[in-house]
Amino acid sequence: MRAAIPALLPSLLAMGFLSGAPSIALAQDIARGERLFNACLSCHDVGKDARNRIGPHLNSVFDRKAASVDGATYSKAMKRAGADGLRWTLDALNIYIENPKNLVSGTRMNYRGMDKKKDRSDLLAYLRQFSVNPANIPEASASLLQQDAPSLHEETYLDGDAEYGEYLSGECTSCHQSNGADKGIPSITGWSQPDFVIALRAYQKGHRPHPVMQMIAKRLSEEEIAALAAYYKDQN
Amino acid sequence: MILNRRRFLGTAAASAALLSSPVALGQTRPRVVIIGGGAGGATAARYIAKDSNGAIEVILIEPSRTYYTCFFSNLAIGGFQPMSKLAHSYGTLASEYGVTVVHDWASAVDRENKQVRLAGGDAISYDRLVLSPGIDFVKGAIEGWDVTAQNKMPHAYKAGTQTQLLKAQIEAMPEGGTFAMVAPPNPYRCPPGPYERVSMVAHVLKQRNPTAKILILDPKEKFSKQGLFMEGWENHYTGMVDWLTDEFTGGVQRVDPNTMEVVLEDETIKADVCNVIPAMQAGGIAQQAGLTNDEGWCPIVPATLQSRMDDNIHVLGDATQNGDMPKSGFSANSQAKAAAMAIRHALIGSRAFKPRFSNTCWSLISPDNGVKVGASYVATDDKIAKVDGFISQNNEDDALRKQTYEESLGWYAGMTTDMFG
Repeated sequence: MRAAIPALLPSLLAMGFLSGAPSIALAQDIARGERLFNACLSCHDVGKDARNRIGPHLNSVFDRKAASVDGATYSKAMKRAGADGLRWTLDALNIYIENPKNLVSGTRMNYRGMDKKKDRSDLLAYLRQFSVNPANIPEASASLLQQDAPSLHEETYLDGDAEYGEYLSGECTSCHQSNGADKGIPSITGWSQPDFVIALRAYQKGHRPHPVMQMIAKRLSEEEIAALAAYYKDQN
Repeated sequence: MILNRRRFLGTAAASAALLSSPVALGQTRPRVVIIGGGAGGATAARYIAKDSNGAIEVILIEPSRTYYTCFFSNLAIGGFQPMSKLAHSYGTLASEYGVTVVHDWASAVDRENKQVRLAGGDAISYDRLVLSPGIDFVKGAIEGWDVTAQNKMPHAYKAGTQTQLLKAQIEAMPEGGTFAMVAPPNPYRCPPGPYERVSMVAHVLKQRNPTAKILILDPKEKFSKQGLFMEGWENHYTGMVDWLTDEFTGGVQRVDPNTMEVVLEDETIKADVCNVIPAMQAGGIAQQAGLTNDEGWCPIVPATLQSRMDDNIHVLGDATQNGDMPKSGFSANSQAKAAAMAIRHALIGSRAFKPRFSNTCWSLISPDNGVKVGASYVATDDKIAKVDGFISQNNEDDALRKQTYEESLGWYAGMTTDMFG
C-alpha cells in the first residue's frame, strides 16, 4: 500500500532535513526513493493501515527498537540485537540496508543489500515520511551523507592466518562454544569469512550494540579479524 | 576444535616415530604437571594437550573426581540451577585429550628436583609445573571460626558440599529469622560473589520467609557492581537487606558458632544462618612451595604467568597477584590459555603470540534479571593491566536484563566445555 505524501513533508523541508548542506552534492529524492522501495514491497508494507508481511511494517521505523513490532516474525538473531539495544536510527538503517548482515548476521531478511549511497539516501528519505513524530526522526548525521558509511566490506579477509586465528579463538571459546551450540550466546562456527569479518568490524565501530563484543572487537587488528575468520570458517 | 581420537593417535604415533630417531634417542616427551583442576588447571590441561597434539605429556592432579564449579553455585542456592548442573568430571580430558588425570592431593612441590609429591606417596617429576590451587582461608582471620566450624557457619566459598549445606540452612530458617553474612576483605575470589549470594538468599526468603532479614557485615567501604546490586535489592527485596560496613559496626570482633553469635564492637547479633567468608590467600600448596609473597599471593610474570620465584612454574587464577585482573573463573581460564601457549613454545617450540586477557562476571539479582561487568587486559612488564571495560547500567529494561541472564547460561555452557572438553 502506498501512502499519500503526508503533511509533514513541507515542515521537514523547512527544517532542512531534506535539503542537505551545500557541500553535499546529492539531494535526497523522495520520488526516486519510492520507486526503489518496490524492491522491498514483497516483504514490507508502509503507509496508512500498513500490516506486517514477511517482514514487519515500516511505519515509525525510525528510532524504533529492533524486533519490537507486535505480531511480526523475527529471527532469534534480530530479537537478540533488539534486546542488546539495537535501534533503527538513520545510521543503523543505512548500514542495515547496505547489507543486512552488517548488523544482524542471522537476520531473516533475505536481501543482498543496496550498494549505492545515493539509493539508500533516497530510500530512507522516502521511509522517513512515515515516521510521524519528528522527535523520532534523527538528524541526518554526517556519517550518512558525507561518507560511504560502512567500510565493512573491504576485502582484506581472505588470507587470514588460521593458526593465529586458532590461538585468538581462545578468547572466543570462553563464551562461544566450539561445538556450535547456540543457547544464550550465538554460535560463531562455520561462518563465511565475509560474514565473520563484517560482524566484528560492525562491533568495532559500535554499529552493533553488545558491550562485551564491542570491547573484544575494538582491540582486534584487521589481521587478527582475518585470522579469526580464516579459523572459524572451517569449524563446524 | 575438538581433537578427535584418530588425529590424536595419529600425531602421537608420529611423535613416537620422531622420538625413535637418533637425534631424540633416549628422550621422552616433555611433561607438564598441573596441580588443580578448576577453571585455570583444567583449561591449561586441555589446551596444552589439544594444541600440542600429544607432543607434550600432560598430567593433571586433582583430588575431586567430581568437580563442582564455584561459578553458578549461588544460582544453586537461589534454586535457579540444580546442584547436579554444577558437577563435572574429568573423563573427557582423559579419553579425548589424552590427559593423565591423577585423583590425589599434591602435598608438596620439590622445586630443586622438579617433582610434585602426592599424599598417596608417589612423586611425579615435571619439566614445567602449572599451579592452579585456588584459594585457602587465612587462619585465624575471624576469631572463633575455623574449618571445624564450617558446618555451623558455612563459607560456601568452595562449591559442592558447602553450597548444599548453606542452601538447606537458608530454607530451614525460622520465620522472621536473621541471615548474617560476614563478608571478606579484598582481595578475594569472585568480587561480586557475596552480593550475588545475598540476592539469591533474598530471593529464596522472599518466597518462603518474607519477614526474614539479611545482614551483610562488610569490612569494605564499597564492592563490585554495588550500584546495580543496591538498586536490585531496593526494587526486588525492599527492606530485607542491610549492608553494614565496619565504619558503622566497628567490625566483626569474633563469632561463636555454638551460640550462632556475631560479636560487633558495641553489639552482638544472633543469627539463624551465618555465612562466614574469611580473608583469603593463595591455596596451601603455593604457600608450601614458597611461591607466595608477604601478602599470601603468588606474584607472576604477566605475559607467561610464570612465578616470579621460579621460571619452571606457572601460577594461574585466584592464587595469583597479577595486577588488575579479578579473581574469577573467567580470568583463570583466560590466563590458562596464555600460559599454555608459553609452555608449548618453551617445550616444543610452537608459535607464540602476544597474550591477551579478558574477563566478564555475570550476576543474577532476581529472576531474569542479570547484570555483568567485564574488562580486557594486556601484559605489561609490571602487571596484567586493564585496557578497556564495561558494566551494566542502572535502570536497564527487562528484555536486556533477561538477555544478560540468558547470556550467562550460554557462557556457563561455553566455559565448562572450554575447561572439560
